[in-house]
Amino acid sequence: MNLSLLVLVPLITAVAVVFCKGLNGIRWVSLVGATVQLLLSFGLLALYWKERAAGNGAAFLFEYRHAWFPSWNIWYHVGVDGISIAMILLTAFVMEAAILVSWAIKPMSKEFFILLHFLSAGAYGFFLSLDLFTLFFFLEVSVVPKFLLIGVWGSGRKEYSAMKLALMLMGGSALVFVGLLGLYYNTGGAGGTHSFDLMSIAQMHIPVEVQRQFFPFLFVGFGIFTALFPFHTWVPDGHSSAPTAASMFLAGISMKLGGYGCLRVAVFLMPEGAREYSPIIILLATIAIVYGAFATMMQKDLKYINAYSSVSHCGFILLGIGMLTRTAIAGAVMQMISHGLMTALFFAAIGMIYDRTHTRLVQQLGGLLKIMPFISTVFVVAGLCSLGLPGLSGFVAEITVFMGSWERAGEMYRLATILACASIVITAVYILRATGQAIMGPVKDTSFNGLADATWNEKLAGILLGIGIIAIGVAPFWLSELLGPGVSAIMDHTGKAL
Amino acid sequence: MSNYAYIALIPLLPLAAFVVLGLFGRKYFRGWSGGGGTFAVLLSTGLSLWTAYRYFFAEGKVGGGYHPVTALKFVWLSFSPGLSIDMNVILDPISVMMIVVVSFISLMVHIFSLGYMKGEERYGTYFAFLGLFTFSMLGLVLSGNIFEIYIFWELVGCSSFLLIGYYFDRPTAVAAAKKAFIVTRLADLGFLIGILILSFHAESLDFRTLIQRLIDPGSQLAGITSASFLGISLLSWGLFLVFVGGAGKSALFPLHIWLPDAMEGPTPVSALIHAATMVVAGVYLVARLYPVYIYSDTAVLQVVLYAGALSALLAAVIACTQTDIKRVLAYSTMSQIGYMMLALGTAHPVGEAATLGYTASMFHLFTHAFFKALLFLSAGVIIHRVHSNEMKDMGGLRKFLPLTHGCFLIACLAIAGIPPFSGFFSKEDILLSAWHANKFVYGIALFTSGLTAFYMFRLYFSVFWRREVWGGGHGAHPVGGRDGHHGEAPAAMKIPLVILAVGAVFAGFVPFSRLVTYDGMPQESHGVGVFAIAPVAMALVGILVARYLYFKESGRSEKTAAALGGLYKAAYHKFYIDEIYSFVTKKIIFNLIGRPAAWIDRHIIDGGMNLLAAVTARISAGIKGLQSGRVQDYALYFFAGIAGLTVLFIYLYT
Amino acid sequence: MSQVPLNHILVVSTALFFIGMYGLFTRRNMITMLMSVELILNSVNINFVAFNKYLYPDKLEGVFFTLFIIAIAAAEAAVAIAIIINLYRNFHSIDVEDAGEMKF
Repeated sequence: MNLSLLVLVPLITAVAVVFCKGLNGIRWVSLVGATVQLLLSFGLLALYWKERAAGNGAAFLFEYRHAWFPSWNIWYHVGVDGISIAMILLTAFVMEAAILVSWAIKPMSKEFFILLHFLSAGAYGFFLSLDLFTLFFFLEVSVVPKFLLIGVWGSGRKEYSAMKLALMLMGGSALVFVGLLGLYYNTGGAGGTHSFDLMSIAQMHIPVEVQRQFFPFLFVGFGIFTALFPFHTWVPDGHSSAPTAASMFLAGISMKLGGYGCLRVAVFLMPEGAREYSPIIILLATIAIVYGAFATMMQKDLKYINAYSSVSHCGFILLGIGMLTRTAIAGAVMQMISHGLMTALFFAAIGMIYDRTHTRLVQQLGGLLKIMPFISTVFVVAGLCSLGLPGLSGFVAEITVFMGSWERAGEMYRLATILACASIVITAVYILRATGQAIMGPVKDTSFNGLADATWNEKLAGILLGIGIIAIGVAPFWLSELLGPGVSAIMDHTGKAL
Repeated sequence: MSNYAYIALIPLLPLAAFVVLGLFGRKYFRGWSGGGGTFAVLLSTGLSLWTAYRYFFAEGKVGGGYHPVTALKFVWLSFSPGLSIDMNVILDPISVMMIVVVSFISLMVHIFSLGYMKGEERYGTYFAFLGLFTFSMLGLVLSGNIFEIYIFWELVGCSSFLLIGYYFDRPTAVAAAKKAFIVTRLADLGFLIGILILSFHAESLDFRTLIQRLIDPGSQLAGITSASFLGISLLSWGLFLVFVGGAGKSALFPLHIWLPDAMEGPTPVSALIHAATMVVAGVYLVARLYPVYIYSDTAVLQVVLYAGALSALLAAVIACTQTDIKRVLAYSTMSQIGYMMLALGTAHPVGEAATLGYTASMFHLFTHAFFKALLFLSAGVIIHRVHSNEMKDMGGLRKFLPLTHGCFLIACLAIAGIPPFSGFFSKEDILLSAWHANKFVYGIALFTSGLTAFYMFRLYFSVFWRREVWGGGHGAHPVGGRDGHHGEAPAAMKIPLVILAVGAVFAGFVPFSRLVTYDGMPQESHGVGVFAIAPVAMALVGILVARYLYFKESGRSEKTAAALGGLYKAAYHKFYIDEIYSFVTKKIIFNLIGRPAAWIDRHIIDGGMNLLAAVTARISAGIKGLQSGRVQDYALYFFAGIAGLTVLFIYLYT
Repeated sequence: MSQVPLNHILVVSTALFFIGMYGLFTRRNMITMLMSVELILNSVNINFVAFNKYLYPDKLEGVFFTLFIIAIAAAEAAVAIAIIINLYRNFHSIDVEDAGEMKF
C-alpha cells in the first residue's frame, strides 16, 4: 500500500474544497475526504495485521524511499509500525469528528476547511516519516495553519493566544532542528556521509558526549509540543481561544506530535542521553501531572479546565517515556491515543455547549442534563474517561503507566509514581466539580430551557469518538498487541544503554 | 474441573440490561424497562442459586473441603509475560455466597422499584443504572485478579455516583454523589498503590499466585518482607494500603463521611448499594487477601480490628441522636460493617479464633444483607407514604402499614441479636471470636450491641408507636400527602418485604460454618451456650430503655438528651468530622495549594513567557531608531563600516 | 626646482576627502550634499594622478581612471539633480531631513 496516499488524500481534498462554491459543497467534500482517510487508515491497519500474521517481522512495513536532496543525503522516506498506525488511526478519528463538529462554521468556511486539511496532512506525514528531515518538514507544515485557525476563527483573546502558540511551537521546532542538525553532523563517522535516516542512525553509535549535548535540544523541543513543564503555558490560552475543531486537533493530535517525536527521535536515537536525563524528565513530568491538576481545580472556564487537564494528562506521556521501562513506554503510547480521543470528545462537547449557551463559565451553566441530554452524556463520558474510569480508555493507559513506572526501582522513582497516582483523586475532584455545577444541578439560567440538543453531525462526532474510547477501554488487548512490537523494538535499543 | 463457564452470564445479563435500557430505555421502552431489568436480574439470580447448589452441595466438595475453582480466564491487558490483568472468574465459598447475596438482594430491589419508582420520568435510566451496578458488583465478587477487582471496584463507585445523583436537579443530591465518589477515590488511591507494591514483589496479579507467593517464606521474593520504608516492611505497607481502599468503600472511620449523605439517592438504591452490597466490598477484599493478612505481621490486623471496633462504636453513638430515618439506618450500616471488619481482625495464626473470625464476618455479611435491605425497603414504604424522611412526621404508623410494621419489627429484632432471628447467630459468632482475641474489643463490641438494640428500637417505637400524628380515622390525609392510596403499598413493594422478612428470620439457620470457612474445610458450628447470655441481655436492656423513652409521647427523651448535654450535641453533629474535612479541603487544599498553583501558572510561568516577549519588543523598539529614514545616517553607517573593514584588513595583512 | 613631495599632495587630497565627507554628513541642502560628493570624487582624482606621476611615471592607468571618474561624476551629477527635482516635487523642499520616509 502506498503510504503517501495518506498524505495526498487530505491535500487533494483541500484542493477540491477550493473549487467548491457554497457552504454545503465545502463541508460535504471535506467530510468525504476525511471519511476516505478514515477508511484508508482502517485498510492500512488490516493490511498491517495481515502482513504481521504472515510472519513479516520487519521493523517497519510498507516502506517507500525517494531521493529528495541527494547531495545532502536527504530522502523522502516513509514507513509504518504499530505505533505509527495507532497514531494515524487516532488522527483519522479526530479529523472526522472535527469536521463533523465544524459543520456550521460561518465566516470564510472554505479557508477554514482548507486549513484543517493542511493540518491533518502535516500530522499524517509526521507519523509516517522515517527520515528526520521529512519528519521535520511535516512538523512545520502544521504550524502556520494553527496560527491562522486560532487567530481568525477563535474566541476570547484569540490574537494573543494565536501568537503565543505559534511562537512557542516554533521555538520548539527551532530547538528540534538544532538537535536534528547535531545528529546529522555526527553520523557517518570520519569521511562517511551524513544521514538523516532514522534506522541508519539507530544502528550507528552516536558518541555519548554528543548525546549529552543534543538530547536536551531534541527532548525539550518536542516536549514543548507535549506541554513539558515549564513550557506548557501555550496550552491553556491556545486551546481555549481556538475554535472547536482546532482545539480538538491541537489537544488531540498536535500535542502527540511531541510525544511521538520524543519517543521515536530523542529516546530511540540517543538512549544514553535519555538515560542520563531521565531523572529530570521524570521530575518535570511529575510536576506537570500534579501541578497541572491543582491548577485545573481553580479554573472557571470549561475550556481552560480541559486545557489544563491536558497539561496534566500529557504529563503521563512524558512520565512514561522518562521511566524507560517497556511497560511504561507502552503506557505512554496508549495515553497518547487515549488522551487524544478523550480530549477531542471533551472539547467537542464543550464546543457544542458554547455554541448554544454562548458561555463557557461553569458558574453560569447548570442543569444541562435536563436541557441537552445527549451533549451532557457525551460530556460525562469524556469526564469519566479523563478521571480514569475502567471501561474507558483513560484507565488502561494510566494503569499501564503506573505499573511500568513502579518497575523502576529507586526511592525517587517510586515517589514520582505515587504522586502521579495521587493525581487520580485531584482529577476526580475537578471533573466532578465541573460536571456537578454545569451538567447536574438545577437549571441556572432559564433562558437555556429552549435550547436544542445535538444535531445529527454532532451526534455522529460524539459517537465516533465514544466508540474509540470504549473500544480501547473494554478490549485493550488489541491495542497492546498492536503497539507491542514497536515498543519492544524501541526498548531493545534503549535497553542496551541501560 | 467441571464446566462453570456459564458463570460469565451472571454479571453479563445485567450489563446487557444496562446497555439496552441506557440506550433505548428513555424513548422506546418506557414502562417495560422495569420489567426488562428485573427479568435480567431474575435470570442472574437463578443462575447464582444453581451455581451455589452445584458448588456447595453437588460437586464443589473436593477432599473434604471447598476449594477455589477457576471458571474462566482470558488475558485482558498484558504488561509483561506473567504479569497481566486477566478477566478471571474464581469460585470459592465466599464468592459463591456473594453472588447469591448480591443477585438476590438486587432482585428484591428491582421488584420493589417497580412499584416505588413508578411514574418517574427517567424510569428506564434508573433500571439501566441498577443493571450497571449489579453487573459491577457481581464482577467484583467473581474477580480472580487483583486489578480486575480494582476495575469492578471503580465501576461500582461510578454506579453509586450515578444512582446517588439520580435526582440530579437537587443540589444536595449532586453534592452527595460527588462526595461519595471523591472520598472513595481517595481510598482507591491507597488501594492502587497497595496493588502496585504487592504485585511488583509477587510478580503476579492473579490472586491465587499472589497469595501463594506472598505467604511463602522461602520464596525468592523475600524482598518484600525485608525491604522496608520508614521502619515498616513493604508487605505491611501494601496490605495496609489495600485495607485503606477497602475502608473507604466500606465507610469505616474516618472515611465514612460519604455514607450518610448517600441517602440522597432513591431509597431502593440505598437498600441495594449502601446496605447490602457495595459497602461490604471492603470486607470482601480483606477476606480475599486473608491468608496474606494473617501471615504478615500482626500490626495490620490490629489496625483492621481497631478500625472496625471504632467505627462500630462511633456509628452506634451517632445513630442514637439522628432524626432522619435513613440516616439512622446509614449509621447502623456503618456500625454493622464495623462488626464485620473487627471480626476479620480477630485472627491469630493459631487457635480456633484464627478461622472463626473469617466465618463469623462472612456470616454476618450474609444475614446483614437480609435484615438491612428489609429495613431500608420498609423505610422506603414509610417514606413513600409519609412523604418525609423525618421521624417527627411519623408516629403511630402501625395502624396504617401493618405489613411493613411486622417486617420492620422482625428486622429490628434480627439486628438487635435476639434469638432465634438471624442476627443473633452471626453476632454471637463475632463476639465469640472477639472474646478469644482481645477482651477490650470484646467489651466495645458488647456495649455497641446494646446501643444497636437501643437506637433501632428508638426508631421502631418512634415510627410505629409514640404518637398518633394522623389522628381521626382512616379517612384522614397524611401529612403532605395527596395521593389516593391509603393503607399499604402496592403489591410490587410488598413482595420483597415478605421474602426478605422470611430470610431475616431463617437465614441464621444456614449451616454457615460448614460451608464458608477460611481454608475451605467445614467446621462444626458452636452451640448456643452460656456465652450468648451477655449479648442478649445487653440487647434486651437496650430495647427496654428505648421503650421507656419512646413508647409514648412523654418528655423523657428530651430530658435525657438535655441531661447528656455536650455528648448529645456532639453526637447529633456527627462529632463535627464533616466540618473538619470541609475545612481541610476548602481552606487548606484549595486555598493553599490549588489557588497558588493557578496563580503561579498564570503570573509567574506565563508571566515569564510574556516577559520574554515584552523584552524582545522593547529591544526591538530600542534599536529601530537605527532605521531612521535619514540618508545622512545611512551614509554615516557606510563610512563607519568601510573604516572598520579598512582597519581590519590592515591588521590582518600586516 | 625640487619636486613637491608626494606626502604633501596626499595630505591635500585627504583633507579634501574629509571636508567632502563632513559636508555630506552635515549639510541639509541636497545641492550642497551633491557638491560635497563632487569634492570627494575630486580628491580621489588627485590621489590617482599623484600616484601615477610619482610611483608609476611610465604608465598611464591612473590618468585614464581620472578621466573616467570625471565623466562618471558628471553623469552622476545629472542623475542626482534629476532625483532632487523629483524629491522636490513630492516634498516641496530640498532639505534632506524632510525626505525621511523610509524608516521603521
